Amino acid sequence: MNLTLRIWRQAGPDAPGSMTTYQVSGISPDMSFLEMLDTLNEELITRGDQPVAFDHDCREGICGACGMVINGQAHGPERTTTCQLHMRHFKDGDTIDVEPWRASAFPVVKDLVVDRTAFDRIIGSGGYITAPTGSAPDAHATPVPKEAADTAFEHAECIGCGACVAACPNGSAMLFTSAKVVHLNVLPQGAPERSSRVRNMVAAMDDEGFGGCTNTGECATACPKGIPLTSIAAMNRQFLRASLG
Amino acid sequence: MTTVTRTGRPPSLLLNLWRSTVGKKAVMAVSGLLMLLYLVFHMLGNLQIFFGPEEINHYAHWLRTLGMPFLRYEWLLWIFRAGLTVCVVAHGVSAYQLSRRDIAARPTKYAHQRQRATYATRTMRWGGVILGLFVIWHILDLTTGTVNPVAEHEHPYQNIVASFDRWYSCVFYILAMLALGLHIRHGFWSAAQTLGANNARLNFFLKLAANGLALLLSVGFVSVPLAVMFGVVK
Ligand code: HEM
Ligand code: SF4
Ligand code: FES
Repeated sequence: MNLTLRIWRQAGPDAPGSMTTYQVSGISPDMSFLEMLDTLNEELITRGDQPVAFDHDCREGICGACGMVINGQAHGPERTTTCQLHMRHFKDGDTIDVEPWRASAFPVVKDLVVDRTAFDRIIGSGGYITAPTGSAPDAHATPVPKEAADTAFEHAECIGCGACVAACPNGSAMLFTSAKVVHLNVLPQGAPERSSRVRNMVAAMDDEGFGGCTNTGECATACPKGIPLTSIAAMNRQFLRASLG
Repeated sequence: MTTVTRTGRPPSLLLNLWRSTVGKKAVMAVSGLLMLLYLVFHMLGNLQIFFGPEEINHYAHWLRTLGMPFLRYEWLLWIFRAGLTVCVVAHGVSAYQLSRRDIAARPTKYAHQRQRATYATRTMRWGGVILGLFVIWHILDLTTGTVNPVAEHEHPYQNIVASFDRWYSCVFYILAMLALGLHIRHGFWSAAQTLGANNARLNFFLKLAANGLALLLSVGFVSVPLAVMFGVVK
């Protein structure tokens, strides 16, 4: 496959950036999108140019590092991560636009790399349970109802990739935060801190400068892990109950 | 097993709610739903016009004497007006503040633009502004009578017919009611989501109810200027 790429290039956090056009050839449809970018970068390095900086780690769809907006869609046309997106979803001769996540809470570090530590601070404000560690607890010490376990699993799938923020016209982190809140609040282990967790995590989210939710649903459409939009309603319910009760 | 870490309740409950994006949105949802409830009754009242001048003029008189003699003339009406004013202001201020914040949170647009969300969702802000302007015009026209050619007290029938004898009054009214329909189509479901009343099972029915309410209200309201335009009511 031969492709035209228009990629956001930005030398550093405060440097001005722009979309720059590149041609790549000899791309196999079986390559992942990241492998296609690797091919481009090898060429750039051979030519003595700066390679395109992008985040990646596991390359198997579980770490959430490989965020980029492809043709206006977070992680591109398929509902998966960029590392799991294959070039067979594009056609020979296509022009593909590649941009970093856009949100003021996710400043660009370089090219396609953004700083997502705002998510870490939200987690630090309540995305954990307080329990003694060191010795493993007895397996059946805390029974977990099947339904709660299923809900917790569904929400624990969130990999913190930030596609929800990137897709949201308000740069809102509500889907991410609700995934974490619902995951822990539904479990008996999370119960004692239920109320402070939701209040602190919403406060941390607001402090980071993420936008509010206007229920456009773009986040849930973009989420590679299928976190449902109704999880935001669940977090709203718990937040209002915790704040008023 | 776990240790309980109950952090104390925040000092000022309402202020803290108002400061958070979720709380402010809840204010928007509650005020919006109260206005929506009012609009259902307002529309039903308006439909009295199809029963003739005596019926609707009598209805207007009844509204003003409601609660008498416990309350005085027009007192209940003024209580409703005060409540609605609070709703409009709370709704508008929270919409404005949240919109400012949302725009600041996404300062850079994507170079590759794509159509996002439904038309109703995308037009909430401008549709809201149209509704706000309409509310001002509507009060000057049919409440105070400032811009109404007839402006007779307790004679809404004559005032309405006179107002809709002007083409621009009809156009503005109908446009505003279409904007209202769109606003409710997204707003009703959105309010349920904001107040935490949505879940996977309810989602479909809430969207259905939102569409039904939106259609019912816009058709009900628009029928009045249409009836005047086509001479059904004159
Ligand atoms: C003063 C004029 C108005 C303005 C400026 C305005 C603006 C807005 C805005 C910006 C939103 C948020 C939209 C979003 O989240 O995407 C909203 C939501 C809403 N509006 Fe209005 N609006 C106005 C009038 C009304 C009226 C007359 C009603 C009554 C039917 C209403 C009912 C609602 C409801 C129920 C919501 C949903 C709240 C939520 O999303 O939780 N609005 N409005
Ligand atoms: S909610 Fe989905 S889109 Fe958002 S960070 Fe988690 S996995 Fe990514
Ligand atoms: S590189 Fe880990 S999810 Fe893509």
